[in-house]
Amino acid sequence: MMNYRKHKIKWSFLVFFTPVFLWLMLLFVIPNLELFRLSFLLMDDDGNMVFSMINYAAFFEDSVYWLTFARTVGYSLIVTLLVLIVALPVSFYITKVVNLRASGLLMVLILVPFWVSEIVRVYGLMLLMRESGIINTLLVNMGLLKEPIEMLYNDASMIMGLIYTTILFMIVPIVGVMDSLDDSLIEAAYDLGAQKKDIWRTIIIPHCMPGIMSGCIVVFMLVLGNYITPSMMGGKYSLWFTQQIYNQFIAYLNWNQGAAFGFLLLFISSFVIWAALKLTGQKLTEVVK
Amino acid sequence: MIRTLPSTKFYKYGYNAFIILYFVLLFSPLIVIMLLAFNNSMFPSLPWNGFTLDWFFGEGPEKVGIFNDARNLKGLRISLYVAIWVTSISTLIGTCAAFLFEQEEFRFKKFFYFLMIAPLVVPGVIIGIALLSFATSLGTFLELSLGIDVRALSPGLFLVVCGQCSFITTFVTLVIIARLKKFDRSLEEAAFNLGAKKHQVIWHITLPYLRPSVIGAAAVAFLLSFENFNTTMFLVGSNATLPVTLFTQIKDGSTPVVNAISLLLITCVSLFAVLNFYIQRRDAAKAAKS
Repeated sequence: MMNYRKHKIKWSFLVFFTPVFLWLMLLFVIPNLELFRLSFLLMDDDGNMVFSMINYAAFFEDSVYWLTFARTVGYSLIVTLLVLIVALPVSFYITKVVNLRASGLLMVLILVPFWVSEIVRVYGLMLLMRESGIINTLLVNMGLLKEPIEMLYNDASMIMGLIYTTILFMIVPIVGVMDSLDDSLIEAAYDLGAQKKDIWRTIIIPHCMPGIMSGCIVVFMLVLGNYITPSMMGGKYSLWFTQQIYNQFIAYLNWNQGAAFGFLLLFISSFVIWAALKLTGQKLTEVVK
Repeated sequence: MIRTLPSTKFYKYGYNAFIILYFVLLFSPLIVIMLLAFNNSMFPSLPWNGFTLDWFFGEGPEKVGIFNDARNLKGLRISLYVAIWVTSISTLIGTCAAFLFEQEEFRFKKFFYFLMIAPLVVPGVIIGIALLSFATSLGTFLELSLGIDVRALSPGLFLVVCGQCSFITTFVTLVIIARLKKFDRSLEEAAFNLGAKKHQVIWHITLPYLRPSVIGAAAVAFLLSFENFNTTMFLVGSNATLPVTLFTQIKDGSTPVVNAISLLLITCVSLFAVLNFYIQRRDAAKAAKS
């Protein structure tokens, strides 16, 4: 029996392995290696490509670049934290507070807007918030405002947009783990006189840690690599690092510089994810499920 | 605190108010988009000038409705075309990958599993520029060394499909692996004992079992592909997909035709959600019976 199967495994292995190998190599590994190679090249005066660190040096020398980079990373961390703060009570409500029949319906309601394209969602926010938008019109008509104010195109509106477009990716994993938390643990703690904040701190949060971690990683990633929301809702000075990459590739046609920026972005996102996993003692392969 | 425990009135009302506010904020942008699609105005904003269907059926010259808007219709066609290709390819490869990582043992399996997960934590922008760089270098190399000009390697729909497959396949794989993990391997053993060949077992036993998750994964792949922007914007060339043309229109200042097309998208997605909800409920009921 075993021999029979061992013999058969060979072709099935090849059938499964070949497409997967081609996918990972041709569409992921080699393109990234090529990007890495490009980031160390520079065209010299004769039009030849030579090895150079200048693309990385340019990043540190020109303050526009590294300031944008630091801003992007800082804001991504802040947005991730804010998303977590809003997502926790919402997830708790769905899994533990509302009655079971309504819970399924609420989950569907939460999901639906996120199946609509991010551009459409951000567009909706813009229609609400801009100078000629709904909120301004209503406030002026009610006499609360003398004239419309511009709420869009600043850092605050951009952060709001980023929270709005990513919060689902925090709620879904947290709901997943919160569902498996036994209600009787909370009841027992309550009966023994525990405070709400202690129940959260010692029971709910530790139990939900895997979900919180995967939510944070996905949200951080999506915010850091976001292009649509900062471009549509951010102001003149709300530059996002992905926009710098886009400018190098599409506007200045300086692919080597763009490649270096791309690698810096990849480096910082991998580093933050790695650090978060280390701090909480979890594995990437366990978290992304 | 939870539904079985008593809580103060203040806490309860405060919490309910918070949740209501959350849902209002969640849906108001979508509702505003849909309402303004029917406003008889050149701009997607108030005041309300009366109801019109011009932004759907208008023939111009002032108001060109979505069904006569060549640019958006072309974007829609291209997006559907790309999404169908991406769905087929990523579902096929993803199913292979699920079998590979769940049922096969081989050297460096852990390493390959890590590689398979990695596209999920690489920003879409980087996948886009990496593939663009690779394709361009390969194209230049082929032209210089062999003298052949491979059109597919310059920005265009082929590269868009490749770029989207690069990370969408990971989603597909994870969805199918989740179900394959619950598969009772003794069913396969039984089939082997009865003399079935490996390919027969896969075709008649494992794949039918996986069918719901393969369909689900394909639906996810379709949605992800249809609305992808970050990876697509670098690879797209002159044939813009719908998200790319919508982005340009909104940046340049849009007419309510964008609202009309958004309304159609929102409607399709909601119908899809309702359908999905019913199918899941039906499957859950079936599972409970058996």
